[in-house]
Amino acid sequence: MISSQLPALQVVLPLAAAPLCILFHNRTFAWLLMVFVSLASFGISCALFNQVLAENAITYAMGGWVAPWGIEYYIDKLTTYMLLIVNGIAVLVSLGARESVENEISSDRIYLFYTAFLLNLTGLLGVIITGDAFNLFVFIEIASLSSYAIISLGKDKRCLYAAFRYLVYGTVGASFILISVGLLYVVTGTLNIADLSQQLVNAENTATITTAFVFFVIGIAIKAAIFPMHLWLPDAYTYSPSIVSTFLAGTTTKVFIYVLIRFIYSLYGYEFSFFHESFDNLLMIAACGAILYGSYRAIKQDSLKRLLAYSSIAQIGYMILGIALITELGLAASLIHIFNHAFIKVGLFLAVTAIIYSYGTDSIERLAGMAKTSPFTFVLFLISGLSIIGVPLTSGFISKWYLIKASLEAGYWGLIVIIVFSSVLAIIYIGRVIETAYFKPEATNTASFNNKKMPHLLFLSLFIFCFINIYLGIETSLNVDMAFQIAHELINK
Amino acid sequence: MNSQLLIISALLLPIIGVIFIALTQKNINLRETCTLITSVALIYIVYSLLPAVLNGVHPELYLFNITSSLAIHFKVEPLGMLFACIASFLWLINSIYSIGYMRSNKYKHQTRFYIYFALAIASTIGIAFSANLFTLFIFYEFLTLSTYPLVTHKGTDEVKRAGRIYLGILLATSICLFLPAIIWTHYLTGTIEFTRGGVFNGDYQPIVIISLLLMFTYGIGKAAVMPVHRWLPSAMVAPTPVSALLHAVAVVKAGVFSVVKIIIYIFSPTFLSDIIDINVLLYLAGATILIASVIALRSDNLKRRLAYSTISQLSYVILATALLVPISIMGAVLHILAHAFGKITLFFAAGAIYTATKKTEVSQLDGIGRCMPWTMAAFAIGSLSMIGIPPTAGFLSKWFILQGALDIQSWFAVTVIVISTLLNTAYFLPIVYVAFFRNSNTKNVCTYNEAPFPIVLAVSITALMTVILFFFPEVPLQLVKLLIGEGL
Repeated sequence: MISSQLPALQVVLPLAAAPLCILFHNRTFAWLLMVFVSLASFGISCALFNQVLAENAITYAMGGWVAPWGIEYYIDKLTTYMLLIVNGIAVLVSLGARESVENEISSDRIYLFYTAFLLNLTGLLGVIITGDAFNLFVFIEIASLSSYAIISLGKDKRCLYAAFRYLVYGTVGASFILISVGLLYVVTGTLNIADLSQQLVNAENTATITTAFVFFVIGIAIKAAIFPMHLWLPDAYTYSPSIVSTFLAGTTTKVFIYVLIRFIYSLYGYEFSFFHESFDNLLMIAACGAILYGSYRAIKQDSLKRLLAYSSIAQIGYMILGIALITELGLAASLIHIFNHAFIKVGLFLAVTAIIYSYGTDSIERLAGMAKTSPFTFVLFLISGLSIIGVPLTSGFISKWYLIKASLEAGYWGLIVIIVFSSVLAIIYIGRVIETAYFKPEATNTASFNNKKMPHLLFLSLFIFCFINIYLGIETSLNVDMAFQIAHELINK
Repeated sequence: MNSQLLIISALLLPIIGVIFIALTQKNINLRETCTLITSVALIYIVYSLLPAVLNGVHPELYLFNITSSLAIHFKVEPLGMLFACIASFLWLINSIYSIGYMRSNKYKHQTRFYIYFALAIASTIGIAFSANLFTLFIFYEFLTLSTYPLVTHKGTDEVKRAGRIYLGILLATSICLFLPAIIWTHYLTGTIEFTRGGVFNGDYQPIVIISLLLMFTYGIGKAAVMPVHRWLPSAMVAPTPVSALLHAVAVVKAGVFSVVKIIIYIFSPTFLSDIIDINVLLYLAGATILIASVIALRSDNLKRRLAYSTISQLSYVILATALLVPISIMGAVLHILAHAFGKITLFFAAGAIYTATKKTEVSQLDGIGRCMPWTMAAFAIGSLSMIGIPPTAGFLSKWFILQGALDIQSWFAVTVIVISTLLNTAYFLPIVYVAFFRNSNTKNVCTYNEAPFPIVLAVSITALMTVILFFFPEVPLQLVKLLIGEGL
């Protein structure tokens, strides 16, 4: 039966498609393949979602080798929740990617771009679905290596430096993760995550286990760009091709935060994680630092992509904040924000992609009065922007509503001040873009602009993101109920 | 029409009006007709809801649920009904006035002006009919955003600076205080619906309730309790019809209306008076009344004087509500009504003076009453209402407020009202006096006449209404009694 093989297909499909792009060496074919594969992959994740709703959790033994010896794929609600986010974004981004990619990447490399893009998708899906600690590391590396490659494909030479910097940071992070997995193997003799968590309950609380924990958290913190380990992120998002920033901003960091949640709740169990070495306080400080620092830096940027990158750092802070509260509501808020922010940020980055496609620049100052020439782009930017501020009737509001409620419930009053203050900062940085585009007189030297019209498919995809942003702000049963169920299951495991 | 349909059409009608205004922008007479027809239709719809409300029914409309506890939900209770009646009626008068004012002062972008005006009215109706804090908050923010282009209509740098203060203060206070207060309320009580008898039941620490009360009062920056009042004088850079309707009626009244509604339906006055020993709100409002009156006394610019007078009159409403007795709350609600008609008359008159003579300062008004008798007569009636002298509506509301203050022997409130009445007299009556009894020049010849007809018509109607409301206050009184009957 094909339906029993779906977990393997989820990863194998994009993996198998990647070499096809090289074989055919044709950019249109590569794009079509990308769209087709991501659509099929999305379909698979929907099917998995249905299965999980019926059966609660699925395990799949890779190659028939039963766990704990073989590699096991483990799919529960949290897994499908993340699969849906990543696949959904992959479909929509690849749909709108074609023209922008041809515009920003030299034409002889485009098929390579789609190859790396497919590998990146493979890596991310693998990270989410795998139930094996070493396999997790392998997929993390597939995702990371391919993202270094696609970042460096841009025409702007600075992307090489950005990619190299990301590579150095990413490799350090990966080493930490590998060491942690190794230490766990030394103590327990197993790599299967479910098995590991059983063994850890019985194992004595030795320094090795604690060391493994610390190493893993630091490794993931670098990969997920959690403040103050975020230094690779602004450059990587700014100089890479727009479509790459778009995809990475919506998926990579979220997937690593997912790994952190898995690790804390499924592997170590949250009693160990939090009532030990005051880990929650550290997370809390990192989260608050991220929120304030990211929002503050975002205000001062002239490059739109850099602005959004710093805003991402702040938003990652919100997600960590929810986790650090150690409550069901907090975890749910964090999961809701992972879902909502993925679509908000991709919407914003896609709008910037359209702006760069039309005007060849993402400098805010040069966009003065441009709302008149490309009204749709800026309206759609505005909608996602309102969502990131957290205006009611957008998905961003729902995230903040639950985050503030969770902070209240946990009794952290200061956090509310921080959340509210950072929302005000968000008004300032989004407001600056809007004011420049809408209310400043048009610049006179617009001759240098390409002034190309937005491609239809890009518009369609951008429109869908904005629609989702509003839809999730009005009808929340889709992600909120799911997030609450997941949080309930994780905490009461 | 059934009541649900009426509610939804009251909300949508101004928006439909916007579409027609935008479509007919080439032909300005047709465009203005669209505004007038829309406002008449809105009055018809809003007033069709009145009989049901007077019979004690509260028409409701659920639009949709966002989560189990967040919903877009409308409910027409007496307080909201009264507010919607005031806003929709004055929109018509104000539109007549706008036509005269905007044309004779040759403003640009008039289509934009009428469009945002209609949007602002739609938001105001939304505020009036909202059945929970969330819905209220959304329309409150819509109102801020839709009035921003009106405030910055002239588009000069000075105006933009003022507009930034306006937007900055109103948005910042609502996001930093109002929204957290809503979430806090939801966290404490599990609901944010406006409920008969309030949503707070049980033991709460007084400090929590006082903090919440203050967060609401200051979070609703539109109520302009000092020190969150700076936006109102800044907004006076707007064209006069905007100052008149929005900054004497819709926007500021939306502020005090929200505060009153929250005190009645979220806290409930009995709960508040049980739990709070020292009534902070009373003192804050009292201080605002006095300080704003003194500033008004010292302002020579007419619109600025009116703005500070508005700040002080808004705090009357807050003060009266903070007394927490039924009779003073009746006064508070009536004061929303009385002040709306009185202050819009004064603003209309100020705009008429500007249109006819380009004079903006109080010291320039010597002898103006002889050349503009209608306008200045209306101004005099508005002033009397502000001071609270019969036969004007202002007398009624002040009467109830004073009675409430005397009932619970709040000598602070009584003192504040007496002093501020004296101050009101001191800054309004001299204007009327010099306008009629002092000669500007020896020749005694008018170099200017009344403002154009629509302006004079509008100012006369509102002045007349101020007097009529004194003699025939049945309908508002009935609404207020319903409110008191159910809310307390």
